[in-house]
This record gives sequence, C-alpha cells and structure tokens, in this order.
Amino acid sequence: MYPRSMRDSDCIVVMGSNMAENHPVAFRWPMAAKVEHGAKIIHVDPRFTRTSAVADIYAPVRAGSDIAFLGGVINYVINHQRWQTDPFFKTWVGTYTNAATIIGDEYKDAEDNDGVFSGLMQHKAGVPEWPYNGFSSQYQNDSWQYARTRIGDQGRVASTAQSGETPAAKSGPEAEGGGGRTGPPFDALVHSLVKPRPQRDDTLQNPRCVFQIVKHHFSRYTPEMVERTTGCPRDTFLKVADTILANSGADRTTSFAYAVAWTQHTNGPQIIGCCALLQLLLGNFGRPGGGIMALRGHASIQGSTDVPTLYHSIHGYMAHPTALKKHETLADYLIAETVPTGYWGNMPKFMVSYLKSMYGDAATVENQFGYDWHPKILGDHSHMPMFVAMNEGKVKGMLCIGQNPATSLNAKLERAALQKLEWLVVKDNWLHETANFWKTSPEVQNGEVSAADIKTEVFFFPAAQVAETEGTFTNTQRMLQTHYKAADAPGDCRTDVWFTYQLGKRLKKLYADSQAPRDQGFKNTTFDYEHEDAKERAIGEPSAIKLLKEMNGYQTADPARHLAGFGELKDDGSTTCASWIYSGVFPAPNRNLAASKEPDPPGQPGAHLKWGFAWPANRRLMYNRASADPSGKPWSERKKWIWWDGSKWTGYDVPDFALTKAPDAQAKPDGIALDALSGTDAFIMKGDGVAWLYVPTGLVDGPLPTQYEAAESPVRNPLYKQQSSPVFKYWQKDGNALAGVGDAQFPYVITTYRLTEHYLSGAMSRWLPTLAELMPELFIEISPELAQEKGIDNLDWVRVATPRGQIRAKALVTRRLRPLQIDGRTLHQVGMPWHWGYEGVVRGDVVNELTALVGDPNVSIHEGKAFVCNIEKA
Amino acid sequence: MAEPMGFYTDTTVCIGCKACEVACKEWNQLPAANGGANTMSGDSYDNTRRLDGIHWRHVKFVEQFSETRQDGRWLLMSDVCKHCVQAGCLEVCPTGAIIRTEFDTVVIQSNTCNGCRDCIAACPFGVIDINPVSGTAQKCTLCYDRLQNGLEPACSKACPTDSIQFGTISELRARAQKRVEQLHQAGESRAYLYGADEKMLGGLNSFYLLVDRPEVYGLPPDPKLPSRHLQSGSVLTVLGALMVGLAGVFSFRSRTSEEVRP
Amino acid sequence: MEISRRDLLRLSAAGGAGTALGGLIASGVDLAPAVAQAQQLRIKDAKVTPSVCPFCSVGCATLVHTVDGQIVNIEGDPRSPHNEGSLCPKGAATFQLHINPNRPVKVLHRAPGAHDWEEWDLDRAMDRVAELVKKTRDDTFVERLANGKLVNATTAIFSLGGATLDIEWNHIQQKLMRGLGIVAIENQARI
Repeated sequence: MYPRSMRDSDCIVVMGSNMAENHPVAFRWPMAAKVEHGAKIIHVDPRFTRTSAVADIYAPVRAGSDIAFLGGVINYVINHQRWQTDPFFKTWVGTYTNAATIIGDEYKDAEDNDGVFSGLMQHKAGVPEWPYNGFSSQYQNDSWQYARTRIGDQGRVASTAQSGETPAAKSGPEAEGGGGRTGPPFDALVHSLVKPRPQRDDTLQNPRCVFQIVKHHFSRYTPEMVERTTGCPRDTFLKVADTILANSGADRTTSFAYAVAWTQHTNGPQIIGCCALLQLLLGNFGRPGGGIMALRGHASIQGSTDVPTLYHSIHGYMAHPTALKKHETLADYLIAETVPTGYWGNMPKFMVSYLKSMYGDAATVENQFGYDWHPKILGDHSHMPMFVAMNEGKVKGMLCIGQNPATSLNAKLERAALQKLEWLVVKDNWLHETANFWKTSPEVQNGEVSAADIKTEVFFFPAAQVAETEGTFTNTQRMLQTHYKAADAPGDCRTDVWFTYQLGKRLKKLYADSQAPRDQGFKNTTFDYEHEDAKERAIGEPSAIKLLKEMNGYQTADPARHLAGFGELKDDGSTTCASWIYSGVFPAPNRNLAASKEPDPPGQPGAHLKWGFAWPANRRLMYNRASADPSGKPWSERKKWIWWDGSKWTGYDVPDFALTKAPDAQAKPDGIALDALSGTDAFIMKGDGVAWLYVPTGLVDGPLPTQYEAAESPVRNPLYKQQSSPVFKYWQKDGNALAGVGDAQFPYVITTYRLTEHYLSGAMSRWLPTLAELMPELFIEISPELAQEKGIDNLDWVRVATPRGQIRAKALVTRRLRPLQIDGRTLHQVGMPWHWGYEGVVRGDVVNELTALVGDPNVSIHEGKAFVCNIEKA
Repeated sequence: MAEPMGFYTDTTVCIGCKACEVACKEWNQLPAANGGANTMSGDSYDNTRRLDGIHWRHVKFVEQFSETRQDGRWLLMSDVCKHCVQAGCLEVCPTGAIIRTEFDTVVIQSNTCNGCRDCIAACPFGVIDINPVSGTAQKCTLCYDRLQNGLEPACSKACPTDSIQFGTISELRARAQKRVEQLHQAGESRAYLYGADEKMLGGLNSFYLLVDRPEVYGLPPDPKLPSRHLQSGSVLTVLGALMVGLAGVFSFRSRTSEEVRP
Repeated sequence: MEISRRDLLRLSAAGGAGTALGGLIASGVDLAPAVAQAQQLRIKDAKVTPSVCPFCSVGCATLVHTVDGQIVNIEGDPRSPHNEGSLCPKGAATFQLHINPNRPVKVLHRAPGAHDWEEWDLDRAMDRVAELVKKTRDDTFVERLANGKLVNATTAIFSLGGATLDIEWNHIQQKLMRGLGIVAIENQARI
C-alpha cells in the first residue's frame, strides 16, 4: 500500500516502526484518518515514542518479540467467532490465499519438532573462492513443498538463499533433459517447466492443508504466552487484537506500518511474513486502507532495490547469475529461475531485453545475448561479508558513494577493514567519518593505530546535492518522481552520475586496445550517455534522460520508439529494456511520466494516477483485484476500488489483473504465464495465483514465522527448545563475539533507532546547524527504575558496553521506558539513537561500536534492533 | 477575505517533529545557536528550550506518566507568539516599532526598534527576546511578508499533521470548536480552547486546543496586560475600516491549490 | 522534456497591497497603531524549480527558488498528493544541504601513510581512480573458478552506495560495475 491510502484505514497498527518520528509526512495520513473518521492508531513498541503519543493504544513489548505478539493476534483471530462466521473472511481467504492447498506428508512443523522445521542440516560450503557466507546450518526445503508439486519462486524472495548454500542440483526445478529448451523463442522452455496443479481441500478441514497447519502452528500463542514472552500486559494485547479484528471485514480495513525495526533482526523477513499472514487472514490486502506499509528509509531506497546496486539481483528482481546454481548457459539460467505460471512466466523476455541493454548490438542469438560475459556471483557479497573479506585483505579497492561505513555495523571492525584497503574513494557531501577514518577515528586519536601505518590511498570527491542534479527518485510507494536541476553545484562538486560516467569513459579508453577475452564483456558494454545540452556536455554530465530511457526500454531497431510498457517486451532481442518493471515510465520521447504533476481534484477517491509513475504499470495498490469479491463486485461501497463492469476491470486505480479476463474465466490447463491463472487468481505474480499464508519456497528459514529469540537475548525462548533461528548468519571473528543466553555481564536489552531531527549516521544532518541544534548530543534512554538501580541521574555520562565495544552517552531518564515482566522476572530495556560520530558540527560516540556482524539468512540484514548490553555511570 | 488572520494549534495531533521550528528558521533566515553546537537540556526532547530572538517557534514536550505507567501521556505543543488583540508589547513600545498589521497580527519592525527591551518585559507569554544578530527585539511576524504576498506562513505550511492551521480567525474558531466537540464525544473530556475568545486579552490570534491546564504547557492561565496598557476602543474600529479597504485584495491559497504549473 | 518554470507568484496581492493602502490613506483613515507595511518578498522574482526531498522515502515534492542561479529557498510543493506542501524538519532544512558554510567543494587526496589531505585537481583524481580500478581488476579478475565454472568476475573491488541517490546513478553504477565484472555491489538498502 502507500501512505496516502492509510487515510482510508479504520485502524492503523504501527509496529516495527516509529512512523511519526521517522516518516512524519507519511504520518499525515494516519492522523487524517483519525481526525476525519475516528480511525484507531495502535503503536506496538519497546519505547513510548512520538508515535505512541498520538496513538489510541500503546502496547509495550520487549525488543525481539514481535512474532510472539503477531502470532498471538493470529491465534486470536482464527479462534474468534466473528472470524469463523463472517462470510467475508471465509471467501477472501479461501479464494485469494493458499489456505486450501495441501502440503506434502514429509513436512514437519516446528510445533512438533522442538522449534525447528523438517530439513535442517549442516551447512554445505559454497565455493572455496568465497568462504564468507556466514552460515552454520541450512534447511533443505524439499519437505516443505505442496503435495505432488513444487511451486516456484526462484531466487527472488530470499536473495541469499541462492548464493550456493543449497546444493546446485537441488535448487530450482529439477534438471530435465529434452528438446525445445533453448530459444528464442523460449515458450517451449517455459512450457516444459509447468508442474501439476496443487491439491486443494476447499473445506479447509484436511489436517495437511495450509489453514490447518497454520492453526496448529500458532495454537500455543495464547494471550498468556504473549504476556510471558513480550511483556505486554494481557489486557492491552487483547485490546489490540480485538481492535484489529473489529476494524477488518467487507466494510472496514486495517493497515500495518513497519520499517527497519522489523528488518534488522536475525529473522526479519519472518516478522514481516507473520504480519502478511495476519493481514491475509483478515482480507486486508489490495483494498483501500488495507495492507502493509513498508516504510522504506531513503529517498530512493526503493530505486536502489529495483535498479539493484545490490549484489544478489539484476534489474527488476531477477536473480543475479551465480556460480552456485546451474546457470551455465542462458537456457540453464532461465530453466532455474523462471516460474512458468503467473506473470513471471514472461521472464525470458525480461532477461533477454536486459542483456540487450547491457551489450547492445553485440548481444546476439548466437552468443546467448552475451550471457557468458555477464559476471556470476560467488556467494554472499553483501555488506557484512564484504567487510569480513576486506578485513582479511581480500578486497583491495572500494567506491563509497553516499555511505558512511566507518559508523556502520561493529564499526571498529569496519574501520579496521578500511585500513586494509589499497584505495578508497569517498564521494559525499561532507568529510564524514569514513572520509577521515585514517585521521580522526577513535583508534587513531588514542594512538592504537598510527595514520602512517594506514597505507590506504584515499580520495574525497565533493557531491552535488539534489537541487543541483536532474534525476529520479523511487519512493516508498514505488513511485518514480523527477527532480530538476535548479542551480549549478559549487567548485568541484559533481553529480553522482557524473562520477560514474566519467570513470566509465576513462576505463573504456584504457581498455580500448585490449584483445584479451576477459575484457570483451566490458568492451561490449554499451556506455553512451552524452548529454543533449551543450553546457552540461561541456562539464561531462551524462544525460539522465538517456539513462531513464534505457531502463524504460525501446525497440532495438528504432530507439526513438520507446516501449509503452512491459507488455511489449520480446524474448528475441527485438526489444532493449534494462528494467522491465520500469517499462512504461517513459513511453514516448516527449512523455516522461515520472515528471507528471497533476494531482486529482480535491474530494475524489482517486489514486492521483497523473502524479508521478508507480511501477508496475502505474498501479497504486498492488493485488487490487482482491478489492472485489470473486464475482468482481466491490466487497462494500465504502471499500470500493477496482471492479468488473461486465466487460473489463475498472475503478479508481490501474487494475492489477488482465484487463478483460472475466471473474469466471478458467485457467488454461496447458497455459503458461497469465494463461495459467483463472479470473479469481488475484495474486498474479505467484505461480499458483494466490497469496501465501504458508511459504513453501523462497525463504531459507522456514515456511511459517516462529518466535525465535534474537542472537543475543537475556531470556530463554519461552515457546520452543530452539533458542534462536537455527540458520541465522554469523561471522566468527575476533571483536565480533556474541553474549550467551542470559549472560549476567550484559543483562539489559538494547535497541537502536533514529530521531526525527537527524538522518542515519548524521551524514545528512549533523552538518546542518538548524538540525544539529535540535538534537545536539548522543543519549541513552533509561527508565527511572533502572537509573535508580544503577545510581544514574538525568544527564549523567553513562558507559554502555557489549562484547564488541564500549561507548559513552548522556543519560535521558524517562518514564517513556518501562521495566517489563518477562517470564516472571523484571527485565530492563534501554534505547539509543545512532546518529553521531567523530566528525560534524555536533559529535558523539558511534553507537555501532556496540553491534555485531550477525544477521538474517534470507537477506543478510544485520540485527541492530535487539541485542544485550550493560550500563554503568561513567 | 481581509479578516483577522492567525493560527489554531490542535495539540492533540502534534507529533513534536519540529518542522515548524525549522521551516520558520529557514524562511526567516534565523541562525542556529552557536552554529548548531548546542547541548542537551535533559528536558525530554526539547533542546531549544524556549522562544527567543532566534527561535520564533518552539515545540514543548511534557511527559506525564504515573509510576506504574497505567496512565501516560506525552503532550506535545508548538508554541509561538499569540498575536494578542490587546497586545502588551505593542502598547509599551516607545518607538512605535511594534505595529498591528492589516491582518490583525502584531509585528516588530527591526528598523525602528531600539532594543530597549520594554516589550520583552510586557509580554505575558515570554515570547519576545533580542536577536543577537540584529540587536533588536524579535519574534514571530506570522510571516508578514508571505501573508502580504498571498502565501501561507512557513510553519503552518510545513506542519505535516495540520496541528498548526492558518486561516481567518472566525473560520479557525469554528473549526476548533468542532474538534473540541468531536474529542468530547470520543471521550477526551479534557479538551478545551485556550485564547479562542475575547476574554483572553481580547482574543489570541494564535490560539490552542489543549487537554490539560495551561500551566502544564507553560502557558499563563490568566495572562494580563502590563499596567501601562490603555484600552483603545478605536483600534478595532480603525481595523475594521482597514479590512474593508483591503477586502478582495488578498487571496490565500489553500494547501491543495497550485502555486506552479509545469 | 520541457517544463515551464513559471514564477511562483502569479498573485495579485503583492502589487495590490500598496494600492489599497494608498486608497485608505488618501481617504484620511488614521492607520496608527494598525499599520500595513508593504513587505518585500525575497522569492518575489525567483525562478521556481520542482524537486523532491532527498531524505526519507515518502517522496515529498518541493519547490526550489533561485535568484540569479543561486538557491534562495526550498519549501514544500502544495500540489503533491504525498505532502500537500508540508515537510518534516529535515525536509524543511534541505536548503542547508546546499548552502552551508561547512560544505567542502574541493577534491582531496590522501597519499598512503600521509597525515593530511592534499587538494587535487578533479581530472587528475579521476584519472588516478580509473588507473587504480583497472589495475585492481586486472590483478584479481577470475574467468573460471577452480571447479571450471565460468564466472568472469572480481570480488576485490567493492561498490557501496547510498540510498538517497538517483535511479539513474543506480543504473549507470550497476551497469559499469557488472560490465567490468565487479560483483560486490551493495547499497544502503541492505542495512
């Protein structure tokens, strides 16, 4: 969903987010819902924050207990009489989810297996060239599959699942021989991948059906267990659960908002999945005011994921070719990665068009469109393993553009890694902590390391800022919006695209004469983005418009003919398109829809379709087919959004469905892509056309969310014998030790967060006087009870310690924090914002000195939201 | 319409984000204290502490939690000059630097202020102080320059949750009254308006919806004019004439109106 | 892509105020103490350029005011369905990202083991970076793994980017890196 749609919500649950503080303008819409129609706002959080201040219900919880809480709501809902009798829930869940699907007999649930799922085994190493994947155990997921069939979701949902930790032969559809499995055309290849349809029990009574498995899985998540595990008083929990259910149904919708307080855990995707499971049970998807608002953190973080400057994927959520799967040829890659049914059945078109955007005319049918030139990943090359490898001297050079890793995870270890680099390029707005790591870092200041011994050659390139650059951001609504250049940047400040373009042009020259086979891929990489404007061209600025056009796509034979959308893509090289999901943003040379700025007139229920461009296809609410009942009628007048008018789908938004596929249309038995889906299969990106309550493939840590403790926790898991996720990633190194369960030296739970007044490591705020003044110093929030126990007064200096490091901060003693009763004993939590460092107008210790390189096995995101510490008066 | 203009601040939807403080400083080009190198106050999330010559907006943070946390509130409120109809500052100003504008707002003109500080002492709300850069007394102008040019004040425009609303006083009072009723119906019986009628200094052209006693927010329960004040009945008459003269000239654009068109 | 950047202030008010006042004064109304002083608006003659806030992901639209090519003000765009003119404190401070006494504007180079920065010419620095990228790539490039798999990759160069950068940068960066065979490409989006 998107923030403005929360205006239509009847209940808004903010959990894993401090929305009012970190997305204040998005919070405009929950507040509007509250003032305009009395919507309820619920905040579930370890701290009472500015979001809690305007919430109708504040539910305190222990950091790291989210799945226990959400699982409790799931159990409450499933067993509630209204949920069991209101036909809306039965129809929505039965039609639009995999509730009825039968799971294979081999599956063993965590509930019956001491807290782990069937298939747990020792980690099998990737390739010897890349020993940094961080796994100790892994799941073999064969037993999690639908009975008799294996639905695909290859490589996209769980990015590092593909990085080799599953043996190559087992990943993806089983290798099959036979003809017709090359292309173009690739239709025969896709056809050959189609599996039998899953078995169903529409009565939902079969004990092997998803619904019964889910019900059993959460049966012990009672209000009492929630209280014991999360510390949230039973009555408060019940009030929350009841408010959510009461505000869900044909006529009402509830939305959830989360941010990095759900992602930065050793089981982050499972927390989000747990919320999705709950929202699916309540029919809160694809409907106005319903859904899950993923509050992404940065102006174009969605863009950096769509256009992946992330190692695991290539444009538009296609898996990056890898050495760890059978990706030898283009056909092998397509066999391994294509889900033949549902919209992903079109993947050969996306991939071939992408390769054409890479290698241009040099990409031909004969050379598999240059597939061999495209590099393959060797394993997990994400942030944490890269710094581990850098620490071991395996990384020689680094381009650091708009990032500040000297203040990042286990910061001292990251800075030690930077010292091992031969060269480092920093391009940013200020001489921040990373730019000056060799000069002003704590270890240089205290003499532990001498600058003379740091042999890194360092460059600092000052950056142009947003109003000095023409370009496009993709926001949290997946919306592309153009910003224009208003002024020239001063001095040597240059845009980010300038830097990369100028670097690339120089490298092109340096390699121009090479005949070496290894250089042919680069020589054939197209790289011509000369600016249309002579003045910009003179300073070497590339054309943002040409870059956008390459992402949108065009007819290979006639580049002036832009693609109107991804429906025009071909798998034979006749279309060139880097980013299939962005196709349609720039449908004609004079029509950049990212620049469109025409809001709907006031008072209309519209989706503002003429303001910006939201991928895919300018849809604002995804899965919006589910806003209509199976027969195509709106579930209610109040929650009307998309409906069938007798001949086509229509409504306030771009329908997320084949426009003329009638509600009663049958799936074609031998169909591929959308032909394989029926008129009620609302979730068109899924191979089986339905949303997944139970996730048979795509997550490496289990098909259902399960309450695990954080990697560091003061308490034993109250629900299972298994303490933490059995497959989380951890890099064993000096300086990266973890505290044991209940370690008396580190008795307090600590959580880290952001404040409204600052941004991240402070690199966009601590140099701005007006922001610095508002929040000038690093602090630690402590309850008066803990402060008294430790003899700490407000504003005293406090020493905070974890097994990784120690820092100092001022105490902010406040009743907004409270001791919790966990499993019969008192537990204290403390909290620290992490915006400070050793450079800037206002300075302070780096909170990430405290964090560990430990993270989630699906996406390699660290655990910064729940760990343990000690505090003492300094 | 050329009517008295001002602010209505609904503290129940304030999220304490301080956008108003920053937007005010940006528009009015006010410096940060000590280049931003401030120190923590230790008083909740308030580090700018009070209104003064370089802080014309100030967000207050009041933590109210019982020991058991059974009851708990974090009251947030953006404070500003009240633009009193009977303005003590204006009455005591010896140089005539403080004027009542055509919008019924109160503005200090820096070029005629001699820095005597009389107005600082006369303000019952502690709003005014010397701006160290200009050496003159300064405070919120209700963005007089923007108003004259048909633009909304910077703070209310920036406010993400519409806690600060700008408009004609009559319209704002009606809106505020409705909100109080809505809150009462929803069980928030403590909601009331502060300064929304003539009883308080003839009316505050920046008035508030509060849910606790004024003192809790650092506001005087019964603000008084300084003793030198002379009630002038003619002021309102003159104003009325002025407003009629200006009727139709000023058009304020609503938030959703278009200021530019591509 | 054409956009006409019309002056923000197509309003009658600015000019009208003086006229109306003139009329009042002429009619003999005593203005004291109610006084209207014609105010100079500092963005009166500014050019207006639509932009987007560079901080969080909400995508608030902004308007950038420039006078003689200099940025003089940045505030919310009231047309936007995301923010309707409002901004948070960071968004409201966007001006200070641009106009700021703390802002460095020179290319700096720190030699291995050096204790301080040295100012470098932009071209010289770019040439040197290109040379280093080539050298490291050439020294570490792997065509085939020990098991014979073709990978055409190097893991010895790490590209780490922020998430407040344009999609055009993400595209050109990932294309240059993947074109060169650099696979360790990461972004703030992960953490």
